[in-house]
Amino acid sequence: MKTAIEVQDLVVTRGGKEVLHGLCTRIPHGGITGLLGPSGSGKTTLLRSIVGVQRVKSGRVTVLGDTAGAPALRRKIGYFTQSPSIYADMTVRENVRYFASFYNLGQAAAEETIKEVGLQEQAGQIVRTLSGGQHNRASLACALVSRPELLILDEPTVGLDPVLREELWAHFRQLAAEGTTLVVSSHVMDEANRCDRLILLREGAVVADDTPQAIKDRAGTDDLDRAFLTLVQGTLEVA
Amino acid sequence: MSVRLTLSTTGRVLGQLRHDRRSVGLLIGAPLLLLTLIYFMFEKNGPLLDRVMLIMLGVFPFLLMFLVTSIAMLRERTSGTLERLFTTPLGKLDLLFAYGLAFGLAATVQATVATTVAFWLLGLDTAGNGALVVLIAVADALLGVGLGLLCSAFARTEFQAVQFLPVVVLPQILLSGLFVPRADMAGWLDGVSTAMPLAHGVEALQDVGTSADATGDMWRGYGIVMGCVVLALVLAAGTLRRRTA
Repeated sequence: MKTAIEVQDLVVTRGGKEVLHGLCTRIPHGGITGLLGPSGSGKTTLLRSIVGVQRVKSGRVTVLGDTAGAPALRRKIGYFTQSPSIYADMTVRENVRYFASFYNLGQAAAEETIKEVGLQEQAGQIVRTLSGGQHNRASLACALVSRPELLILDEPTVGLDPVLREELWAHFRQLAAEGTTLVVSSHVMDEANRCDRLILLREGAVVADDTPQAIKDRAGTDDLDRAFLTLVQGTLEVA
Repeated sequence: MSVRLTLSTTGRVLGQLRHDRRSVGLLIGAPLLLLTLIYFMFEKNGPLLDRVMLIMLGVFPFLLMFLVTSIAMLRERTSGTLERLFTTPLGKLDLLFAYGLAFGLAATVQATVATTVAFWLLGLDTAGNGALVVLIAVADALLGVGLGLLCSAFARTEFQAVQFLPVVVLPQILLSGLFVPRADMAGWLDGVSTAMPLAHGVEALQDVGTSADATGDMWRGYGIVMGCVVLALVLAAGTLRRRTA
C-alpha cells in the first residue's frame, strides 16, 4: 500500500499546552481517510501540520514524499479550513477564480467547480450575504478548483442539510475514484462509515487506525459511536 | 516571485476595494476635506498656505494608506485567508508586492484628485510641475503602504495595529519639516529626521515648490522614499511566518 502521508512522533504545543503527544500515523494513497474525534482532540492541529502551517515542536511529517510545507507540495494540496476562510467581501466567482489563478487555471475551471458545489445560482453573490452552508461550499470550491492530488478537508459538512451532505459525500467518493487522496475530519460518526479508513483521535493520541468494519469488529459492535466509546474506555483501562 | 501571481493578487485586492464603495469614497474624499480645512485656516497667509498644503499632499496619503493597509493585512490574517494562501503556490513577496501595487494604484487616483483640487480650486502655487507633486505624493503613499504592511506583521489584533500609528507615523510627520523647518531643529533632531523616510519625501515636495525644474535633490529624496518602500516590503515578507502556533 502506497503511503500518502506519514506522521512520526509529532509533538505540537499550542498556547503552552501540548496538543499532540508524539503522534504516529500513516495515511494511504487514494481513498478517503476519516479523522474522527471529539472537539479538542487535535484534529485541526494534525491537519495544519500536514499542510505545513503548524509550528511543530518535534517529529516529522512527510507528505507525498516531501517534508510537509515544502514548496513543491503547494501545487498538489487543497486545504479546506474549518472556519470558511475566503474573502467575504467578494463574490463566489471572484473567490474561486482567484484561487484558480494560483494554478494557472481560468474561468472554465472556476465555473465547473462552482457548479460541482451547487452554487451556480449564487456565483455572482457577495460571500458575506450567503447562508452558512453556502459560505462553506464556496470555501470548499476554492479548495477543489485546482484538482489537487491531496485534499485536506477540515469538517467540510458542518452546517449542511442532509441532502447537501449526501451530495458532497458522493462528490468526495467520485474524487477518490478518480485517484484523489482525501483526508476528511469530522466529529459526526455517521460520516465515519463512509470512509475507507478511520483514524480515531482522542486527546492528541491515536485510539484506533483501521477500516470502519475492522474497528467495529474489534469493539464487538455494529455501531461506530459505541465502538469509539468501547475503544476509548479500553485504552483508558490499559493506561 | 511570480509576476502572474502578483498581478492576480493585485486584481483581487482591487476587486475588494471596488466592492467597498464607502472606503473608496473616504480614501478620495478625506484628503480633499482636510485640504479644504487647511485652505481656510491659512487663507490670509499665502506663502504659508502654499507650504503647508504642498506638504500635506504628501502627508495625507502616507497617513491614510498606512492605516488602510495595516488593517487590510490584519484582516487577511484574522480571517484565516492568509494561512490558506500559505498552502498555495503564492509567495510572500507576491502577496506583499501585490498589496503595494494595488494600493499604489489607489494612491495614484487619490493623489491625482487631491493635487488637481489643490491647484485648481484651492489656489496652490508651485514653481515646479504639478505632475511631480503627484509622483512624490504617490511615493509617500507607498511608504505608508510598506510601513503599514510591515507593522501589521507585529500586530495580532486591530487594537494593536492602530497603535502603531502614534509610534511609527506621527513622529515622522512631526519631524518632517511641517511644523518646524528641519534646518531650524536642534542638531540631534535633524539627525533623527534624516533617518525618517517621510522627511525626504517632504523635502522633495518642497523642492518642487521652489524650483521650476526637477532638481537632483528632489530625485534623491524620491529615490530614498522608494528605496524605503522596497525595503519595508521585503522586511514585511521576511517577518511573515508560514508556520504559526
